[in-house]
Amino acid sequence: MNAAAHSVRSPLLSARGVSRRFGGLQALSEVDLDIEPGEIRGLIGPNGAGKTTFFNVLTGLYRPSSGSILFDGAPLPAGVPHLVAARGIARTFQNIRLFANMSAVENVMVGRHARTRSGVLGAVLRGPGTRAEEAAIHARAHALLEEVGLARHANAIAKTLPYGDQRRLEIARALATEPKLLALDEPAAGMNASETVELKKLLLAIRERGITLLLIEHDMRLVMGLCDRVLVLDHGERIAEGKPAEVQANPAVIAAYLGVPAQGTAA
Amino acid sequence: MSTRPYFASHPGQKWVGVLLIALALAAVPFALAAVGQTWVRVVNLALLYVMLSLGLNIVVGFAGLLDLGYIAFYAVGAYAYALLGSPQFDLHLPFWVSLPIGFVAAAVFGVLLGTPTLKLRGDYLAIVTLGFGEIIRIFLNNLNAPVNITNGPQGINLVDPLKIGGFSFSKTEVIAGLSLTGPMKYYYPLMLLTVVIIALNLRLQDSRIGRAWEAIREDETAAAAMGINTRNIKLLAFAMGASFGGLAGGLFASMQGFISPESFSLLESVSVLAMVVLGGMGNIAGVILGAVLLTGLPEFIRFTVVPVQQWVFGRVVVDPEAIRMLVFGLALIVVMLVRPAGLWPSSIRKRELATRPNEVST
Repeated sequence: MNAAAHSVRSPLLSARGVSRRFGGLQALSEVDLDIEPGEIRGLIGPNGAGKTTFFNVLTGLYRPSSGSILFDGAPLPAGVPHLVAARGIARTFQNIRLFANMSAVENVMVGRHARTRSGVLGAVLRGPGTRAEEAAIHARAHALLEEVGLARHANAIAKTLPYGDQRRLEIARALATEPKLLALDEPAAGMNASETVELKKLLLAIRERGITLLLIEHDMRLVMGLCDRVLVLDHGERIAEGKPAEVQANPAVIAAYLGVPAQGTAA
Repeated sequence: MSTRPYFASHPGQKWVGVLLIALALAAVPFALAAVGQTWVRVVNLALLYVMLSLGLNIVVGFAGLLDLGYIAFYAVGAYAYALLGSPQFDLHLPFWVSLPIGFVAAAVFGVLLGTPTLKLRGDYLAIVTLGFGEIIRIFLNNLNAPVNITNGPQGINLVDPLKIGGFSFSKTEVIAGLSLTGPMKYYYPLMLLTVVIIALNLRLQDSRIGRAWEAIREDETAAAAMGINTRNIKLLAFAMGASFGGLAGGLFASMQGFISPESFSLLESVSVLAMVVLGGMGNIAGVILGAVLLTGLPEFIRFTVVPVQQWVFGRVVVDPEAIRMLVFGLALIVVMLVRPAGLWPSSIRKRELATRPNEVST
């Protein structure tokens, strides 16, 4: 099941020279990023560094102004989110975007869309194939809710869930698309310490299933404890990359965060 | 949560129930005919509006795309049927050819008119669809020159009624001692197709496609990120909604025997939208209720306003036509104030409009 098994050595994702400009603002300039299969990669940087813009380009919400992304051995379609999802990249959103008025389990069931087939005819005739598929969607959705610890909230309306649960529901919904790469935009935002610990366990369990993780996160303790490597962006540019401890000690990174010249190392 | 018809768990009981409902529905025109043929006509009209509302409900209620030009598809279906079955071109195709053609033509128009609006949402979408609806009507009004296709504002007369062999649905005849008028006969195909459309809607709603529509309605960006091809799924909603409108249009043309562009005005689009919204957007049962009430209520007022005035004042004070729309408008306002999510709202709309704290549910 491990993704590393079938593509030894070659990166799962390889972004080259990815740039994105909004009018006069260069939100991303020439960002390169390689993600190995099975790793947990952190993407950090001060506010406005271009982290979410990178996510949006990666998942097809924005077209890059230039640059290309190779994923799982083939170029990633630019600017077509549903095709990106079909290729195996799923994401969560910084400002939670659940289907607010649908129940938790329905949210996850929508996530199965890319991996299921029935169309109008199937829906109308509801033959054995469609019924089997619906049953499988149901079963899978409940299993995923179980996995993220939301089984008892399956029928709760998404928007009534507490904040931390909403974040986990977004993860379950993303997992329903059977991603090879799961991109999480600030999964720990708004969580208290114990919820963050739970989240860390969940993310490690997801990695155990062979899913590669890319996460934007401001909780440095989580990033340092979880990520194999970290990429640091500032003003849309890549300023450092490496193991969490190395990056933490990097003068350019400290300068970017504190806005002053580095004067020592934290370790 | 999708609405699934709930039947008794015993399968035998289920079929007994279905049979009883079918018998009750079959008896309706006879019961109404006892009161007056007009009421049979009103019920037939209500059935057409149920079909239209259910079609529009797919677009507005399920997929969340506000369409103000929906009646255009009704017009496409009606004109397709009328052009293929009238002295206009002397084609006289049987209904089982021209009705499906109207159905498909409306679906095609749904896609054609839907495509340019894909990037629009909310108010902007409403205005563009409103424009499209008017364009279709104006075309129908003017396509009598240089080549006469639609016969312009005069409309198309002598449209063929539904006919199976020698059995015409428009003529009164006596069958097995029962006198059947045209409207009473029309009731049966109308009711049959309405039931089919209701069944289709229930199944579509509770399916992968139905969930995709709902997801787009809730958050289009997140839906796309979950692998939903939002363009195709939205066009599918336009096509499905339009096709039901087209079918209703064909039936309308055959039943009336005459159509003209006047029947497809903006007011009609607004009426159908009012049925959907007042009944309960997104809820199939609610939409049916809305269509039946909004078709029946004005007629009911028309027939009661004179006797009521005579009883209260001893004479007719206000012209019934004037008071009819007044009472109708008032009723709409009151319903929307008291029940903003509609008379019988879908669970989703209820949640959406409920003002509630962000409580934790366990």
